[in-house]
Amino acid sequence: MYIVIIGGGRVGYYLSKELLNEGHEVLVIEKNVLVHETFVDEMGSICIQGDGCEAATLEEVGTGRADMLVAVTGDDEDNLVACQVAKHKFNVPRTIARIRNPRREKLFKELGVDITVSSTQIILEAIEHEVPTHALTHLMPLRGKEMEIVDIKISPESITVGKSIRELSLPKGSKLALIIRKTGKHRVPTLNTVIRAGDQIIALTPPESEEELRAGLRGS
Amino acid sequence: MKIVIMGCGRVGGRLAAMLDAEGHDVTVLDTDTYSFRRLPPNFSGTALLGSGADEDTLRKAGIQEAEVFLSLTQGDNRNVLAAQIAKHIFNVPRVICRIYDPLRAEMYSTLGLETISPTVVFAQLLKDKLEG
Repeated sequence: MYIVIIGGGRVGYYLSKELLNEGHEVLVIEKNVLVHETFVDEMGSICIQGDGCEAATLEEVGTGRADMLVAVTGDDEDNLVACQVAKHKFNVPRTIARIRNPRREKLFKELGVDITVSSTQIILEAIEHEVPTHALTHLMPLRGKEMEIVDIKISPESITVGKSIRELSLPKGSKLALIIRKTGKHRVPTLNTVIRAGDQIIALTPPESEEELRAGLRGS
Repeated sequence: MKIVIMGCGRVGGRLAAMLDAEGHDVTVLDTDTYSFRRLPPNFSGTALLGSGADEDTLRKAGIQEAEVFLSLTQGDNRNVLAAQIAKHIFNVPRVICRIYDPLRAEMYSTLGLETISPTVVFAQLLKDKLEG
């Protein structure tokens, strides 16, 4: 595959390294002269200096035949514009943008960016996971489905301990997929399954019902 | 008419003052309070600190009631992002976006954004002047 990468910073650097190792044809566009120099010193001539948002630069590197364009500069707006130019001017089949502000995900998708990767969101989720008192952890969003997989921990103080799932009021769109007991045993929950202290519940839910699901399962 | 202007530079500040003098309800945004020095002392609109690429700031600026949004910062891409937020998220009836780069301006106008490229306009103006 021919892949054009916009941004030769740390993300662009490691990404191009990885993609080259997999045998892809990679070209990196970096605006900053010094960053470009460092990149070329270490990786050779796969990086050109220029503005990846400019149609002329993209034309020069043959974006028209690119299978994919990945914009990983530290700037949301630059990444958006690079992807839009690639998509609308060069018909690149797949565009990926790194975003800092996770709230822009939806907008970017509407505007012709196929995939968005929010570094902020990923860091938040990873840290959230390591905070032991956190009741609900986001495990994974299901792309294009408006659903996510979450992990809810039942603390000994939860008033739902000892109740069966039937007795709980859970949001309609959410589904409990798995209960992992403190002992490590796991089972697919049914309506008769009883919640115990220390349970870890894996569930599928639309993001907007997440709070309600957490409250339903923990009783607070 | 409620008008939100992003960027209180020479153009943004001047336009804000002109529209305000005509009695429009103008809110002008900038990420640097120092830029607001460009507004005249009798400016009766609102000067708001914040980025027009931020939805919360736009809401604070009253974008939901705005009939016109103009993005006039120095950054083409920033203007493009803010204009698209105003158009696609807040459905502002009229959105005008300044894009210096003529090629980018052309592309975004084919994508349905109302764009003005000062580069093109000014070059044409100069040429007409020379020929006229």
